[in-house]
Amino acid sequence: MTGPVFSALQARALELGPFGYEPGQDSSGPWKHWQLKRDDEGIAWLLLNKADSSVNVISAEVLEELSQVLNELEADLPKALVLRSGKTGSFCVGADIKEFRHLHSETEVKDKLSHAHAVVNRLVDLRCPTVAVIHGAALGGGLELALCCDYRIAVKGATFGTPEVLLGLHPGLGGTGRLVDLISPVQAMTMMLTGKNTRDKKAKALGLVDALVQERHVANAVRAVADGKLSRRKNHWTAKLFRIDPVRRYVGKKMRSQAASKAPPEHYPAPNALIELWERHGRSGKDLLRHEVSSFARLLTSETSRNLVRVFFLREQLKGLSSVSDDIPPVKQVHVIGAGAMGGDIAGWCAIQGLRVTLFDTQPEMIAKAIGKTADLCRKKRFSSADTREVLDRLIPDFTHQGIGQADLVLEAVPEKLEIKHKVFAEVEPQLKEGAILASNTSSIPLEQLQEGLKQPERLVGVHFFNPVAQMQLVEVVKHSALNDHTYDRARQFVGQISRLPCPVSSAPGFLVNRALTPYLIEAIMMLDEGVKAESIDRVALDFGMPMGPIELADQVGLDICLGVADMLRERLDNDLPEAPQWFRDKVEQGKLGKKTGEGLYLWDKGKPKKQGQAPRAPEETLDRLILPMLNACMACLSEKVVEDEELLDGAMIFGTGFAPFRGGPMKYAHERGFGDIHQRLQQLAQLHGERFNPDAGWS
Amino acid sequence: MANDSHSTAGHRPVYLVDGARTPFLKARGRPGPFTPVDLAVQAGRPLLMRQPCAPTAFDQVILGCVNVISEEMNPARVAALRLGMGENMPAFTVQINCGSGMQSIDTAYRYIQSGSSDLILAGGAEALSHSPLLLQQRTVNWLADLQLAKGPMAKLKALSRLRLGMLKPVVGLERGLTDPIVELNMGQTAEVIAQLFGITRQQADEYAVSSHLRLAQAQKEGWLDNEVVPAIAPDGTLYPEDNGVRRDSSVEHLAKLKPVFERPYGIVTAGNSSQITDGASWMILASEEAVKKHNLTPKAVITDSHWSALDPQIMGLGPAMSIAQLLTRHNMSLEDIDLWELNEAFAVQVLACLAALDDDTFCREALGLKQRFGRIDMEKLNVDGGAVALGHPVGTSGNRIVLHLMNTLERKGLKRGIATQCIGGGQAGAMMIERL
Repeated sequence: MTGPVFSALQARALELGPFGYEPGQDSSGPWKHWQLKRDDEGIAWLLLNKADSSVNVISAEVLEELSQVLNELEADLPKALVLRSGKTGSFCVGADIKEFRHLHSETEVKDKLSHAHAVVNRLVDLRCPTVAVIHGAALGGGLELALCCDYRIAVKGATFGTPEVLLGLHPGLGGTGRLVDLISPVQAMTMMLTGKNTRDKKAKALGLVDALVQERHVANAVRAVADGKLSRRKNHWTAKLFRIDPVRRYVGKKMRSQAASKAPPEHYPAPNALIELWERHGRSGKDLLRHEVSSFARLLTSETSRNLVRVFFLREQLKGLSSVSDDIPPVKQVHVIGAGAMGGDIAGWCAIQGLRVTLFDTQPEMIAKAIGKTADLCRKKRFSSADTREVLDRLIPDFTHQGIGQADLVLEAVPEKLEIKHKVFAEVEPQLKEGAILASNTSSIPLEQLQEGLKQPERLVGVHFFNPVAQMQLVEVVKHSALNDHTYDRARQFVGQISRLPCPVSSAPGFLVNRALTPYLIEAIMMLDEGVKAESIDRVALDFGMPMGPIELADQVGLDICLGVADMLRERLDNDLPEAPQWFRDKVEQGKLGKKTGEGLYLWDKGKPKKQGQAPRAPEETLDRLILPMLNACMACLSEKVVEDEELLDGAMIFGTGFAPFRGGPMKYAHERGFGDIHQRLQQLAQLHGERFNPDAGWS
Repeated sequence: MANDSHSTAGHRPVYLVDGARTPFLKARGRPGPFTPVDLAVQAGRPLLMRQPCAPTAFDQVILGCVNVISEEMNPARVAALRLGMGENMPAFTVQINCGSGMQSIDTAYRYIQSGSSDLILAGGAEALSHSPLLLQQRTVNWLADLQLAKGPMAKLKALSRLRLGMLKPVVGLERGLTDPIVELNMGQTAEVIAQLFGITRQQADEYAVSSHLRLAQAQKEGWLDNEVVPAIAPDGTLYPEDNGVRRDSSVEHLAKLKPVFERPYGIVTAGNSSQITDGASWMILASEEAVKKHNLTPKAVITDSHWSALDPQIMGLGPAMSIAQLLTRHNMSLEDIDLWELNEAFAVQVLACLAALDDDTFCREALGLKQRFGRIDMEKLNVDGGAVALGHPVGTSGNRIVLHLMNTLERKGLKRGIATQCIGGGQAGAMMIERL
């Protein structure tokens, strides 16, 4: 916790050597992104402070300037060089991915990258001790830059990672060779293959950093380096072992099968490319460095990487929608009404993200359960006991419904019945604080109906979360006719505050995600009805790249919810969505609702569906029968302007449903296949299976 | 008699605005789900939530706590921070043993009365189930010798001085409930005053049964709904209400219990004593200015308080002294008081206090009064049960009785009440309040 007194001194938190407390003031240097100054002892402090950016990324210009900085350092060698970030938040979060999009051919990539290697190699070769001081995140290219220094001093809280694999890549600025040389090769490969971050203590244990200190000891630690008092790391003791080719091949085989279980290599080529690179050239770091460039260039120009980079920017685009003008105050306290599966999880998530939350339910047991679940989530996220306690302290049970008046945002997550919601609103509205937002987590009721009876309907907005809240990054922000800008802006900002991605949608039936997803789920149920095995159907979707098959997904969402949404869509859109089979309705009647009740379309055990191992292959047409109705609904949403454009739609489907990311989203996939092809195929399916496949006008 | 300088004339009025407490949770032989501060947070959050002012609007936080655990030094400050009352919230902890929870109210009362504060959160928190197991003094000395020993031979020699008996822990709670001056356990002091006023086992058991039945009825009728806020442990367990109450309590049942403090002839049993319990309670005190500024709705005003002291071996009689002092100072008789909360440390101790106020010798010789006061009407005393049924988290009880008195005056539409408790070590505190 940081109160007003400590806040006033926060600008002094970073130890910046000769720059003192205010490095930003000193813009007299010759470079835009770098500042260089020597202290009394002759130690040069080099700050990376990327202009016009809140975080440091490595762009071509940043590297070009680094080359000039190195000229100066080589000409007049300092006693030691300190490299650190001038940004308070982090060291450097990676390469400037924007520039990736302008590189079209492998040769182009190779040229650029070889040039970059040449620059950083000069940092490696600098004939004075060099030390990177790292606070916050050092990711991808940022970590690779730090790896070019002789020493790394981490400040408590620092994180390290090579997330390139998430973009269908592997490190390209010398990371493969230098990381494998520095720490245990197996650990290095694991870091690069999983893309997972490594926190301070773990990084120290791995040998990724030479010292782990509090910010207040940075100056003394740097001095110790300059005086040669900090011993430099030797290669990891297992490194020698992995210079033997058969050893690497043996371990590489295991890595391949492990990587394949997480990401099928036919869709995600990067892990195998990295493993192959290491198997072939891992004899020495230098060898790896040489071959890294061409492997990276191949990956960067692959379809998968292009699509994953696209997904990266889709996320940035969605994230950008949460930044609003400064005069909109952030939400500090949230009041959630209804501690059921959604309400409870939303409340817990908000508390984890630092907001104070009051959680009301008429049943105290439900509130207690939600608090227990939040504690579990903290445990899973490996929060310290103090951090967990802080989260739980912020999550305040409200047994008597008195938390409304202090909240900046009141969110209802009560059952999907208009009368119930109207009753809640009638109680809540008079108690709302000035400027507070009234949000509804409705998934199916039109906002136009919800706002009836409200005195100030402009304060109402749909804020629609997806299940499970802690994993699904998307939140639909539902607009309606009476919504005002303040509410709309503040709602999007709120979504950003809790690290979710807002997607504005209009108040059309099912909004975007459910509208697009339901035909896919219903079609899967129709196929079950025709006698196709659940496992076989799910297999087809998994092979396509979905994180989960539609049958399992229906169970996870809850069959009651699926049925409710399907019925609502059929009624309100007056379309050809098929009626759910009677046996399906019976299941819902009997309370076999899926994961939450232990039985649905699958039997569930300890949160996992019991699937039969060997299922027969589903019919050839299965994939199109599943995917095309979804695409058709997406197209309808675009023509009806439910969502503004294809990019937002693709982003929403990826972050709201997990739609195969390497395909870049449903519309990207549709373009890839060709609208004509889709149109034709839908027509065929319509002839075979009925009018529900009739192609939307948008395809022709 | 103690000094008589507690006149309230000329001071600012001090209002009791609202209060809430956790359910009192019976200790079950191992540390319960909440530490003292956890309990304070559980009770404080809903209380602060229902106020029209922000938690940061307070001037300070005062918390009574006797058994402070080592992870929570100055529990008042830890609680204030965890309650989101702001980094700039001064907070301190008070300790006067069993009176700590009332001492916090009284201290807040004085601050506001004198004009140096306007809005104070005052509470009590105690987790008796978290009382530590201690090392014996000789074991501590042995450890010190071992650490000081230089060289392997010396270490070995020091090591060899360990005896098995030295490993037996000292139960911190037992130690805490024993008076160090007279070396009597609190239960023994109850035996002493029972004898002095002729209280019988039968009377004590009958009193205990009525405490349970009264609490059971209050729970059933929902009279505690606003006062007791459910607590939720991090594992998702809900603690909705006081769990020490025995709805099926009967004299026949209690008669079977053996005396616990003085066997075999004593009359104080586990059944007619207060229970070992965890719990926390908070009250909000405000000046006239604060009431206006924050649009608060005060329920009562504090009219006076008094602390007295006597021989530690008869500490249980303290309330009789404090009551006498308050009544005399305000020229009142027992009939002027509509409701009484007299903390039930022991059933015999409550009965002895009542007997003492009705005892000419005691009132004349010990209190210097002209005559006895008479008998407090049992229908006005501890109307919804007390610590025998609820438990007695020592640092909390004094706060709870003021809170419950305030709420009961309101529920019954009565005017004036006194809350009082005996204090281990030979003291007592009493507070007189009036409904607005």
